[in-house]
Amino acid sequence: MSVYDDLAERLRAEEPVALVTVVDGPGLGSKLLVTPGSVTGSLGHGELDRVAARDSLAELEAGRSGVRRYGPEGQTTPEDLGESALVTVFIETWAPPPQMLIFGAVDFTAALARVAKVLGYRVMVCDAREIFATRRRFPMADEVRVSWPGPVFEEHGAGLGSRDAVCILTHDPKFDVPAIEGALATRVGYIGVMGSRRTHHTRLERLAEVGIDKPEQLDRLMSPIGLDLGGRTPEETAISICAEIIAERTGRSAAPLRSIDGAIHS
Amino acid sequence: MRELLDELDRWRHSGTRVALARVVDIDGSGPRDIGAAMAVSAEGEVVGSVSGGCVEGAVVTEALGILNGERPAGIITFGYSDDEAFAVGLTCGGTIRLFIEELDW
Repeated sequence: MSVYDDLAERLRAEEPVALVTVVDGPGLGSKLLVTPGSVTGSLGHGELDRVAARDSLAELEAGRSGVRRYGPEGQTTPEDLGESALVTVFIETWAPPPQMLIFGAVDFTAALARVAKVLGYRVMVCDAREIFATRRRFPMADEVRVSWPGPVFEEHGAGLGSRDAVCILTHDPKFDVPAIEGALATRVGYIGVMGSRRTHHTRLERLAEVGIDKPEQLDRLMSPIGLDLGGRTPEETAISICAEIIAERTGRSAAPLRSIDGAIHS
Repeated sequence: MRELLDELDRWRHSGTRVALARVVDIDGSGPRDIGAAMAVSAEGEVVGSVSGGCVEGAVVTEALGILNGERPAGIITFGYSDDEAFAVGLTCGGTIRLFIEELDW
């Protein structure tokens, strides 16, 4: 199988994979295909392959792609390198899609799941009420679960990271308090909780009752969820939530560009 | 590159030669992320994009140059802030580096 066919198969299966290409220096064009369980191809030297594969796995884990330079025998420090020509490689990684866990099978959920799919998320909808959490109501979701939050976090919590999002739309303290507890115990990048300001305040009291009252915990909660766009429909609300998720990830202000200075892309 | 797979497969199966351009590095403001890719077939068909439309025309020329054997695979820089910068710039003022090669691997 060619490197391309191998890569294409893994990309279609949404498996984590990194492609290393020599883009400058000796061995221009050579390829190494790296996955968490395999290394195929060669950049022209065993030690160079080993070092590049190691770095590729780190880039894959971080969801980053970029250029690196090594010596032709895998040297990584100027002392080891001496006068050797540099090998410049491009490490391109494809991580599995980010995940969005939506708790609460309400009207807003379908709109949020749709917008999240546009942004490339793998979407799971979860609600304890069997009549609401149905495939029929959420055909756009990748998975619909009838469950309390606890088991969902036991199963998926360890896999959540900075690119992932948990959106809690239930409005029901019975359900959203355990969902917040579960989300806070993970490394998930975004936790949004829906509700009016009044709901938010009552929820803070309920959270304090279960021992969630530290600033570093409450600071992670985007509650009330979403940016101030003034929208009312489920679709408009979904845009406001997803826009907030993007702005939280990039650390940007979410202000209109014309009202601020500075680079648009960074 | 994921979004190019169907077209790439089609070209490869029909024996059409293809050049692939990928963004490997960005300085300053860049409209697309690292990894943004476009492919150009020997017949001049194009899929994908590597910028907001500012440099695609120049990339097609370079890609066809590689397929015709007029230039080797390698890195091409587009932008204003670099002495080696290619004549075509980015409207956003940044610099992008592309690696262009024949997809023969």
